[in-house]
Amino acid sequence: MVLVFAESPRGQIKKTAFEAVTYGKKVADQLGTSCVAVVLGTNAANAGELGKYGASKVLQVADAALNDFDSQTYTAVLADVAKQQGAKVVVLCHTSTGKAIAGRLSVRLGAGLVSGVNSLPETGTFSVRKSVFSGKAIVDYSIKSDVKIVSLMGNAVRPDASGSPVSIENISVSVPAGRIRVKSVKTQEGTVPLPEAEIVVSAGRGMKEPTNWGIVEDLANTLGATTACSRPVADSGWRPHHEHVGQTGIAIRPNLYIAIGISGAIQHLAGVNNSKVIVVINKDAEAPFFKAADYGVVGDLFEVVPRLTEAIKKFKAAH
Amino acid sequence: MKILVCISQTPDTTSKISFSADGRTFNEAGVQFIMNPYDEWYALVRACELRESLGGSVTALNVGPAANETTIRKALAIGADEAVRIDAVPPSSAFVAKQIASFAKDHGFDMILLGKETIDYNGSEVGAMVSEHLDLPYVSYASKLDLNGNTATIEREIEGGVEILEVDLPFVASAAKGMAEQRIPNMRGIMSARTKPLNVVAPVPFEDQVETLKFTLPPAKAGVKLVNPEDMDELVRLLHEEAKAI
Repeated sequence: MVLVFAESPRGQIKKTAFEAVTYGKKVADQLGTSCVAVVLGTNAANAGELGKYGASKVLQVADAALNDFDSQTYTAVLADVAKQQGAKVVVLCHTSTGKAIAGRLSVRLGAGLVSGVNSLPETGTFSVRKSVFSGKAIVDYSIKSDVKIVSLMGNAVRPDASGSPVSIENISVSVPAGRIRVKSVKTQEGTVPLPEAEIVVSAGRGMKEPTNWGIVEDLANTLGATTACSRPVADSGWRPHHEHVGQTGIAIRPNLYIAIGISGAIQHLAGVNNSKVIVVINKDAEAPFFKAADYGVVGDLFEVVPRLTEAIKKFKAAH
Repeated sequence: MKILVCISQTPDTTSKISFSADGRTFNEAGVQFIMNPYDEWYALVRACELRESLGGSVTALNVGPAANETTIRKALAIGADEAVRIDAVPPSSAFVAKQIASFAKDHGFDMILLGKETIDYNGSEVGAMVSEHLDLPYVSYASKLDLNGNTATIEREIEGGVEILEVDLPFVASAAKGMAEQRIPNMRGIMSARTKPLNVVAPVPFEDQVETLKFTLPPAKAGVKLVNPEDMDELVRLLHEEAKAI
């Protein structure tokens, strides 16, 4: 059985978990077994939807002590569920939650772990692939233990909702007392968080002034994209730190990354070079970013960006 | 306050990455090695700041061969009081975590800090593994860490925001940008680092469950396709029809 931990941050199961269940279902098909999802805590109103993505069952440990995240209690509960259900493969999301659990769970279950995978396992060897050296290399690992754990990189699998919803089955697992006390959670409302965004529009020092960001926001809104920025822009306070993508900021892998007025320093590329398609807009034809780009526009961003926004509006109206 | 900081040695970000012909080993020739930036800039510096304000000691620990001692001395120059090297060429993060936990379990550390991930294997696995081996709370991606008596208040990065939490000593935390500012070692630090203790410890046996099969380089980009800046309709067409990105 393939067990997928469908995380429900702040009571909502999101795209990353749908991706993980889609992936878990494919692994289960390879192994000729079923895919079961588990949700923790009392708030997961949309858990039944996991059936659409391939879960044959959705289990819930409906204990309010699990509504706040603590890697220690989550690990203990997930390990018990995995043992109780006889899981051979455990799939987690490679998110802030998944990263804090994956290593713990591997120790607790004595199971081999590969984190941040972006491929299905090879049948037989259970070899999985991930990106390493900040996107500069790829590695294949084989997991040899009886129980195997992988955490799935965001945007590596397209969620497939072709199945039907299932009902939720409550299971009883003892929940140890947590030692972490969550006081508050502050999130940006109304925008897709950067690690989950399919399209990211990012801008750098070429914008000249923080007051010039309107054209970037217009383009992002038109595309339904999340905005990001380079490190110098975040460090000088032009944009909030949570928008900083790159090696010290957030590493992302959207389907489309549009870089505006960013030269493409290697530390920036390290955080974005796993994007599927990269568009670079820069007036300097020698900007190193063009070497990493799929499409490039050499021109004045203050003219090119509004023009691109108009072209996308026209395209959206016609499609 | 006894703090353990786990430091890893990684290739510099600008290094050219290559592998042996069979894809089994990383070519170290010509590669500049550094202390993993998250370990150095955030975990180690914050540990030193806490020691400066509260007293106690900072121990830097590396699992690696003797060649890593330059990096370990740098940790001493930045401010660690002593260092430990577990003498092994680590084959995996699980191995590293086992060694750290095995060393830490008898030393009564109040806090174990390390970077949020290494810039080579990008796994973010070691901190969580160490915590489980030692049955300690774990806070990953901590971007702010303050201590009040026995209780730490930590800001932890989550998708699209932060979580603010409290945890009592002892615990393990992984450090992200914001926890501290990079420190350049001064001459006094560099001089004193030469005489600070660096103990070498033998590794404990460990059986890996994961085998590295093969490294490869990503397929080369086809090269940038330049689009006329006057013609953004063409870019939209390419993004839709060719790249299928919109």
